[in-house]
Amino acid sequence: MISQRIVIKYPPRLIEEPVLCRLTREYGLDFSILRAEVAPDTGGLMVLEISGAPEHCKEAIEKLESQGVSTQRLSRDVVWEEAKCTHCGLCVTLCPSGALAPDEHSHRMSFDADSCVACEYCTYICPVQAMRVQF
Amino acid sequence: MPKTIQEINEKIKAGKVVVVNAEEIIDLVESEGSQKAAEKVDVVTTGTFGPMCSSGMYINTGHPKPRIKFGGGRCSLNDVPAYTGFAAVDIYLGCTAAPDDDPRNKPHPGRFPYGGGHVIEEFVDGKDIRLVAEAYGTDCYPSKKLETLININDVNEAVLFNPRNAYQNYNCAVNLSDKTIYTYMGVLKPKLGNATYCSAGQLSPLLNDPFYRTIGLGTRIFLGGGIGYVVWQGTQHNPTVKRKPNGVPEGPAGTLAVLGDLKQMRGDYLRGASFYGYGATLIVGIGVPIPILDETMVRFTAIRDEDIYTQVVDYSIAYPERLPDTLGEVSYRELRRGRITVQGKDVPTSSLSSYPVALQIADQLKEWIQKGEFLLSESVATLPGAESGVAFRPMKEKPIEDVTDEMTRRKGVLP
Repeated sequence: MISQRIVIKYPPRLIEEPVLCRLTREYGLDFSILRAEVAPDTGGLMVLEISGAPEHCKEAIEKLESQGVSTQRLSRDVVWEEAKCTHCGLCVTLCPSGALAPDEHSHRMSFDADSCVACEYCTYICPVQAMRVQF
Repeated sequence: MPKTIQEINEKIKAGKVVVVNAEEIIDLVESEGSQKAAEKVDVVTTGTFGPMCSSGMYINTGHPKPRIKFGGGRCSLNDVPAYTGFAAVDIYLGCTAAPDDDPRNKPHPGRFPYGGGHVIEEFVDGKDIRLVAEAYGTDCYPSKKLETLININDVNEAVLFNPRNAYQNYNCAVNLSDKTIYTYMGVLKPKLGNATYCSAGQLSPLLNDPFYRTIGLGTRIFLGGGIGYVVWQGTQHNPTVKRKPNGVPEGPAGTLAVLGDLKQMRGDYLRGASFYGYGATLIVGIGVPIPILDETMVRFTAIRDEDIYTQVVDYSIAYPERLPDTLGEVSYRELRRGRITVQGKDVPTSSLSSYPVALQIADQLKEWIQKGEFLLSESVATLPGAESGVAFRPMKEKPIEDVTDEMTRRKGVLP
């Protein structure tokens, strides 16, 4: 059993297809939708957490790709540019997943990409633009 | 036995000075007592690195051929408007200035990606900046338009001049309303969803010299990675606020006006910043050396985060409406640990100013002094203190009753 966060993007033609239901029905996966944006003209973008047997996760992702749905591991989406960060910590109480947290003693920040849910709020509130989105 | 600044400078020149930062002095006084620590230590270095909106730079660009007089005209640096109301080629750029075409808070909340603070950071880092000016033209300054790139290495003077920096203590901000608000204290979530604060606490310059015994006009300081000076009390200097028995003000109090040669400074310590829904600004690095003249000074510098308190203020109503209400007080120890209790609710906290960079600044200043590269200066006058009666005054608005009379009066003074 593994759990992973992925970003899926699908074209407008698939909007009415039960893409996610198939993950459960055909591959026995559990999924949570962490974020979703769906529009008739641009298609859909979702951030999912999927969990299930490793081979089933792999097969499900291959199936999505074969249908024209692009998939990407979430950790690549929000990038912390450490060299730009001033370690002020302003983002700490605004990051909903706790991915941005300071060290208790040094107060220096760190970014745990695996915990990030890619809400992108940090990219708006970081005063020195040390957080950016990379699709 | 008391020391003088001159004696300390002799020790610096002889390579015998003992310098510690404002964090290290805490343990030293705790383990050895204040008397021994005062004998042993000559200088304690402080530091702060936070957004300081009353900051800006003035430059003299040099005269183009033919000459132009910016004074009375307009100019911009990378599209950010600068103030021209001086002589021919002196201009001042404030860090919160925004380009004319920035949508600001329309739609709300605006992002303010580029402003005066960002221009200052790029200029200090040696990048070319686009200067565009329009003037009305005179016989001696005939040019009416100028578009050129300028560089910090080519201009005559480039000076950082900040009318208000280094606040001695500052509010802790919260939001009691039921919607998110966007403030200079950051984004505040509804119903006490978070709290923000902005002080280096135990490392902060004016909290280590609460009665301004050593910090005064002419004090040499670390400013933006170079050397600067305290040139006046900062605007809104408010030394008469209530203080704790240890002398520390219970809320925002003293401030410093500082100035220094921008050509020596570094973009690492002068960072352009954008506050979502609020505006652009400049994050400024300041470090002040505190000479340990006697045991009193060492006791002041041994202040710890748990000894410094500030007020929790609601920024949805109390702050904008200038109500004196506070929601209680909290210590910097609690703030820095990440949680405080407000109205019985557990509230997570985050800081606007960077403690790690404040410490880095205190250490950099310590190194300069140890290497003999930085001597302490005697202040030429003191800042107004707690006994001065100087207090922060609110604006008294007066209605302008007869506009016609006012216009006639103004015209009357013209030749």
